[in-house]
Amino acid sequence: MTVTPLKFYQVGSFAVGNRLLTDEERSEQSNPNRVNALTSGHRACQGCGEALGARYVLDTAMAVTGGKVMAVNATGCLEVFSTPYPETSWRIPWLHSLFGNAAAVASGVAASLKAQGKTDIRVIAQGGDGGTVDIGFGPLSGMWERNDDVLYVCYDNEAYMNTGVQRSGATPPAARTNTSHASGAEPGAYFNQGKFLPLIAMAHHIPYVATATVADLHDLEAKVKKAMTYRGARYLHVLVPCPLGWGSRSDETIQLSRAAVESGFFPVFEAEYGEMKSSTKIRRRIPVEEYLKPQKRYAHLFGPKGRPDIVEKLQRIADNNITKYNLIAEGQEQ
Amino acid sequence: MRKQIEGSQAIARAVATCRPGVICAYPISPQTHIVEALDDIVRKGGIEHCEFLNVESEFGAMSVAIGSSATGSRTYTATASQGLLYMVEAVYNASGLGLPIVMTVANRAIGAPINIWNDHTDAMSQRDSGWIQLYAQDNQAAADLHVFAFRLAELVSMPVMVCMDGFVLTHAMEQIDVPEQAQSDAFLTAFVPRQKLDVENPVSIGAMVGPEAFTEVRWLAHHKQLEALAAIPGLSEEFSRAFGRRAGGPNDYMGLVTDYGTEGADTVVVALGATIGTLEDVIDEMREQGTSIGVLGITSYRPFPTAAIREKLQHAKRVVVLERAFAVGIGGVVDSDIRMALQGLDIPQNTVVAGLGGRAITRASLHDILRKSIAGEAEALTFLDLNEGMIPA
Repeated sequence: MTVTPLKFYQVGSFAVGNRLLTDEERSEQSNPNRVNALTSGHRACQGCGEALGARYVLDTAMAVTGGKVMAVNATGCLEVFSTPYPETSWRIPWLHSLFGNAAAVASGVAASLKAQGKTDIRVIAQGGDGGTVDIGFGPLSGMWERNDDVLYVCYDNEAYMNTGVQRSGATPPAARTNTSHASGAEPGAYFNQGKFLPLIAMAHHIPYVATATVADLHDLEAKVKKAMTYRGARYLHVLVPCPLGWGSRSDETIQLSRAAVESGFFPVFEAEYGEMKSSTKIRRRIPVEEYLKPQKRYAHLFGPKGRPDIVEKLQRIADNNITKYNLIAEGQEQ
Repeated sequence: MRKQIEGSQAIARAVATCRPGVICAYPISPQTHIVEALDDIVRKGGIEHCEFLNVESEFGAMSVAIGSSATGSRTYTATASQGLLYMVEAVYNASGLGLPIVMTVANRAIGAPINIWNDHTDAMSQRDSGWIQLYAQDNQAAADLHVFAFRLAELVSMPVMVCMDGFVLTHAMEQIDVPEQAQSDAFLTAFVPRQKLDVENPVSIGAMVGPEAFTEVRWLAHHKQLEALAAIPGLSEEFSRAFGRRAGGPNDYMGLVTDYGTEGADTVVVALGATIGTLEDVIDEMREQGTSIGVLGITSYRPFPTAAIREKLQHAKRVVVLERAFAVGIGGVVDSDIRMALQGLDIPQNTVVAGLGGRAITRASLHDILRKSIAGEAEALTFLDLNEGMIPA
């Protein structure tokens, strides 16, 4: 008999309170003895999705490895807000080298640990979307093709936020940034540009590729746990809203993460050895407008001078995702 | 044991005796034979507990080296020319983090125009990167300086570039004593990193430092180079005891410079690298003809051995600096360092830029320019064998 493990959702109408779960089923974040790998006192903005994501990922990795994790960080918000000398928020061994080399530095850490026979210690590299899909892509692709024993986590907030919100290769079409202004005939980032790195990761046939958001803590933790069961190169792409760059309220971070998924705009899935294995189904489908409207980076699409034609094009992207990634369960009412 | 061996093979074997934990490389001529040989050595189990990584770029190579060294492994890589420039951001980062990585630079020109042949433009571009730079005159010194480099790097926790002329040395077959395992074991001490990633004792490495402490960190980088300068003579003696020869070559002086007949010489030529061999031959011939001339080679270019150089040059009546690189828009690179070492002495000095992009530095041309220099007829900056006919009017 096939056993399908239950995955619990944390909040909203689908919530399952921790009190209803066994200890094993509870999230690591509900564990009062969690490591707090990224502990309080750091200088992230209120509502920072990346700070949440990093703590969730590393606390989980620490829990499943018995505290044997080393992290390598690309330059970016996460690095800057966590380690202004002489302070640090990291309670784990942590190394920052440069913007574009986190994957290669992590390969070096992993090689060194292997040479020393310490393969019980696991290596996680992390960076934002700029450090991952753009400037750090060469070394990342190298780490993947060598199948080095590293979990690389991208906290994708869809632009260069640390430098003041400029377009990256992960900025979605029509989104306003300071190098893709909401002006001209085609306001915001251009359509038919940009890349979706998880698919490129899959093309390297590495053991594990997954996407996640900070809205679904159980799912994110489950993916980190699963990633840590593999040896070799693994890639986790986490959507993390950025109140500053997205022009959203700091208390909307989780809601927006969920709306990105529920609209089909950001597909959540898992792949192994280059094969798509499963996708997280949309529970209550919403039009992309509900996801876009609260964000000032899309403000030019709405209102009297709005661009419904562009909203429609974005809706088609979401529709295509739903088909391509099979985001709606068969027979499910929409 | 003395054997006829290609320079690159000798370097690979010397590095292997240092028992590195991680070797990473991206191929670029003329460095390739070194890393090819090391791959073979590692695959055959020639280095215990060693990982060899083929990376996607030189930037990746230095980045892997940074991660490996910060995790406590003795780490080696090699590059040249465009490859060195491609990794520059990580080169500065490695020294900024104080990681004792050892890297061979198989010196080669920088394009455009693309040119695979030997000069020193690549390494000279990194003289201010915070790395210690040692220059080899021949393959014996090149092999020995690699072993020396690991000891020095780990002593002061700073990275070391061993610079050897591309092709001229890397691809040259000569008889040398390849460092033996027992000798390297006797000379090297266990690598005890000053700081490393450790799950038992978690530290954050690579924090962001603002104006309140940045100057102090940079001062420390300089201070560490001065520490290295002070340590090199003693380490050099230790090397001699372990190997029965001087790391910098037979004319070595304190491990910092090499001295070929500078004492009492009216004219001293200053140079780095394999050109020194040719210069010594030329000087022998000139001495036979009654010219008072010697050669001062620089082994440790960074840290710059100001005192040793001043000591060797202070009684000269003329100093000629022969360089395989130059600072466009002003002239000599090494030349200005020598002027600083000799300030207040008022010794006439001229620069000869030679051997760019692999152009042969011939004895005839050297005779000619040195004669002119001694006669005070040379320009302050001469491009040796410049073919003015090729230059549009």
